[in-house]
Amino acid sequence: MNFKTTIGLEVHVELKTNSKIFSPSPVEFGDDPNANTNVIDWGYPGVLPTTNKGVVKSGIMAALALHAQVEPHTHFDRKNYFYPDNPKAYQITQSDKPIAHDGWIEIEVDGEKKRIGIAEMHIEEDAGKNTHERDYSYVDLNRQGTPLIEIVSKPEIASPDEAYAYLEALRQRIQFTGISDVKMEEGSMRVDVNISIRPEGQKEYGTKTELKNLNSFNYVRKGLAFEEQRQQRVLMSGGQIQQETRRFDETTGQTILMRVKEGSDDYRYFPEPDLPALNISDEWVNEIGAEMPEMPGSRRQRYVKELGLTDYDAMVLTQTKEMADFFDETVKLGADPKSAANYLQGDVNAFLNEQHADLQDTKLTPANLAGMINLITDGTISSKMAKKVFKAITQGKEPKAFVEEKGLVQLSDPAQLQPIIDSVLADNQQSIDDYNNGKDRAVGYLVGQIMKQTHGKANPQVVNKLLIASLKK
Amino acid sequence: MNYFEKDLTSLHDDLVAKRISVTDLVKATFDNIAATDPDLNAFLALNKDAALKKAAEMDEKGVDPDNILAGIPLAIKDNIVTKGLTTTAASKMLENFVPVYDATVVSTLNDKGVINVGKTNMDEFAMGGSTENSAFKTTKNAWDYTRVPGGSSGGSAAAVASGEVVAAFGSDTGGSIRQPSSFNGIVGMKPTYGRISRWGLIAFASSLDEIGPMTRTVKDNAILLSAVAGHDDHDLTTSTKEVPDFAAELNYQTSVKGMKIGLPKEFLGEGVDQEVKDAILAAADKYRELGATVDEVSLPHNKYGVAAYYIIASSEASSNLQRFDGIRYGHRSKDVKNLEDVYVNSRSEGFGDEVKRRIMLGTFSLSAGFYDAYFKKAAQVRTLIINDFQAVLKDHDFIMGPVAPTPAYKIGEEVSDPMTMYMNDILTIPVNLAGLPGMSIPAGFAKGMPVGMQLIGRPFDESTLYKAGYVFEQATDFHKQTPKQGGNN
Amino acid sequence: MASRIDQDQVQHVASLAKLSLNDDQLKYFTTQLDEIIGLFETLNEVDTEGIEPTSSVSDQINVMREDVADNWGQRDALLANAPESEKGYIRVPTIIDESEDE
Repeated sequence: MNFKTTIGLEVHVELKTNSKIFSPSPVEFGDDPNANTNVIDWGYPGVLPTTNKGVVKSGIMAALALHAQVEPHTHFDRKNYFYPDNPKAYQITQSDKPIAHDGWIEIEVDGEKKRIGIAEMHIEEDAGKNTHERDYSYVDLNRQGTPLIEIVSKPEIASPDEAYAYLEALRQRIQFTGISDVKMEEGSMRVDVNISIRPEGQKEYGTKTELKNLNSFNYVRKGLAFEEQRQQRVLMSGGQIQQETRRFDETTGQTILMRVKEGSDDYRYFPEPDLPALNISDEWVNEIGAEMPEMPGSRRQRYVKELGLTDYDAMVLTQTKEMADFFDETVKLGADPKSAANYLQGDVNAFLNEQHADLQDTKLTPANLAGMINLITDGTISSKMAKKVFKAITQGKEPKAFVEEKGLVQLSDPAQLQPIIDSVLADNQQSIDDYNNGKDRAVGYLVGQIMKQTHGKANPQVVNKLLIASLKK
Repeated sequence: MNYFEKDLTSLHDDLVAKRISVTDLVKATFDNIAATDPDLNAFLALNKDAALKKAAEMDEKGVDPDNILAGIPLAIKDNIVTKGLTTTAASKMLENFVPVYDATVVSTLNDKGVINVGKTNMDEFAMGGSTENSAFKTTKNAWDYTRVPGGSSGGSAAAVASGEVVAAFGSDTGGSIRQPSSFNGIVGMKPTYGRISRWGLIAFASSLDEIGPMTRTVKDNAILLSAVAGHDDHDLTTSTKEVPDFAAELNYQTSVKGMKIGLPKEFLGEGVDQEVKDAILAAADKYRELGATVDEVSLPHNKYGVAAYYIIASSEASSNLQRFDGIRYGHRSKDVKNLEDVYVNSRSEGFGDEVKRRIMLGTFSLSAGFYDAYFKKAAQVRTLIINDFQAVLKDHDFIMGPVAPTPAYKIGEEVSDPMTMYMNDILTIPVNLAGLPGMSIPAGFAKGMPVGMQLIGRPFDESTLYKAGYVFEQATDFHKQTPKQGGNN
Repeated sequence: MASRIDQDQVQHVASLAKLSLNDDQLKYFTTQLDEIIGLFETLNEVDTEGIEPTSSVSDQINVMREDVADNWGQRDALLANAPESEKGYIRVPTIIDESEDE
């Protein structure tokens, strides 16, 4: 029996606004518990929420990035439930008229492109954080009220690989808007996953199970793959899928039953009376669209078509907005695009990995990288020397000044090189003989000697040229 | 201090002329309260130390002659949060709750030099029409201690009517300012929804709640509304419309000549006491005498107001009261073995029956399968009620009618039957559903108990209501009548 | 007459609202709620076809707050008011079903 898989992904993106969505408390991470909370965040008697304009703007940006329709008349709703990290015992969210709907994102799996639909997107507040010990649980409301955008996919994701590709594409486009860091490892991106299967030919969707504790895109893929298999085994053996919540276990790669869902929760949604409705005008949407950073797809096209980079280069350079912006700026300052691409993918990425840092947190600047690349391109320094210069620019040093200070300027002047070549040749008759006898390796040896004489400063290409010319004489 | 002989203007004159100091005025107020409140039970908490301290400071600085509220002692309903002073909403759930911030109304009044003498009794979480639902005490009607003061702002109404204070603030969700004002023979204004900030008002029904002043004269009421109305960044539902100096428009030249008044036939239906009807019809005649026209109009959906209101109010309340869970403030049960106990026991111990009843009604109305039939339906009927008012107010300056079907009834008479209680609000509720301003002013007596008349205006047109109320007040002497000490009228 | 709400439904609604009712309370609340819901049902007499529901009578639309952070410094006062707190956290008996945690 063949099965068709349907996967649903609900992605929560944490926004990088200055203040919370419904209270002016700062949005910051890592502070002392409850340091960034006020009476609104605590759900005190008599308090009222206030809508953060920056969050609405971010919602519109996300909608534009995901090709979604912005809802011109949107409002908030209350979702009522009791939980210690939910201080009002209701969450202000959007249920009835979310800020955007009917978007899409393009994914590529095994060379095949596909569009996955986005059913809706809405803005809402995050809850606080609970930590658990044996006798007590502890509530920190710093996170309470952090703005979230929830993005709900249409039931068009058909495999774990597609799910992975969807998450990666989504992450990238959202990252490029600058509204969120979208890092699963930091909690600024979270995914709720559900999956169902049905026999080929059956119209109705199968019963879906929910998966929790999927903390990376890879685990999402692994967890879904396992669950897909598990559900198939159950159906093949004549069993039925229960509506369950299952926990992914990272060590075994299996999903384990957490609890059976008894009916659905009754959240008693109704329109939030304390917040005025929002009429989002076309003007405002257009204004925001005009200010938006260039999206990754468009940049990749430009890199390949106009700058002659490979698809692979373009893909790596558009991993984050910061990397792509850095590249764009470096090229704008005159650096050769291919060299810039190579450096960013190679030495820069290696440096970032080693430092566990993001590009924007380092002292690297497009000006300095462009400067260094230009020095290589125009022959001022050799690629060997470049390694020293690279280290310097990671420390924020200006390359030209550094090169001059350290005397790293490459020796390319034939007038200066020829005497050295002559002197080395004079000391190495054996090598001349070897060369004349067809041993080309002798050239390498001679070049090495010349480089040694010049303490590595000689321009190897020029040396090679002059040397061969001299040998042929 | 005999507040029956004073109003804000004369008190201000006394203070400026130093005929009395702020300290002595405050002391005299506490003396009034000490003499009357052990029986009247209008107050839940007194703010003696802080009040006297502020009075001393004001005496030292001197009273600003241009600030009519400087040094005036007032009382505040106990569902309006006051920093550092217990705010209980008359509930065991908040019995020892001390807020860490002031309501906007409170800080505004503080800045204007008002001295808060204490918090007044009310129905628990403002749910009720008699103040009998308070978890702590039963307030009496200032005119007859065997009768209810009305509710839910019963404490504020009784405190003003009895002469304990010159004025007080209450809140109104379905009639809670107007009805106790009517029962106690004072002036109570529920302004247009959005006139006064709800920041710091413990929410009952968010789309219906409004704070308002309760006074013995129309002019005093107008002074207080101008003082506290206005847009507040903490409350995005507050209007940015300008706030007029309402009292400046009230003088001997104020007139109702040419005003068109509508009297809905639905307001004088069966269920309204004959004596109440008589008072209203007499008031209509009085208005005609004064140069206005009064004609019969219709609000066809009025009778559905109670059902629509109770669905909407209970639903919003059921959500607003979920935050009382024993975790961050307020009552936490001692009898807990696990988290569920914290929730269930704290809430079951902390809330009284009426509150539980409304929470359950609201939870029911919003629950899956019932939302469309109840909550959504009620919200649609609300639209029709709004349209009814709009149609009448298009060519009438305001609407008049009774406030309550009867004068104040005996304590204990109705508290066991929720349905009867609910039907008592039929005349005031539609005004909250429509968000219109509504004011109760003294309009007569029935068997010795006060009967109020309700004036309902266009959105943000409290001005017309104050003018019409002022003219009526000046042409009658109902407001001059005062209860005998001890409420034996 | 068929009841509009029975004891089971009242019990369900009470659980949703985290309220416990003893047998007596369940009985009288059910009677009262049944009567009140009977009142609610009079709304069925009203033709609301095509009528938009009203959820607010505020005259404000599109009002928003600028995205400026402002720490009101209330943390200590808030913790002091909490029934149980420890090291800056609010404390509750341990949460057993962690599946709601994000």
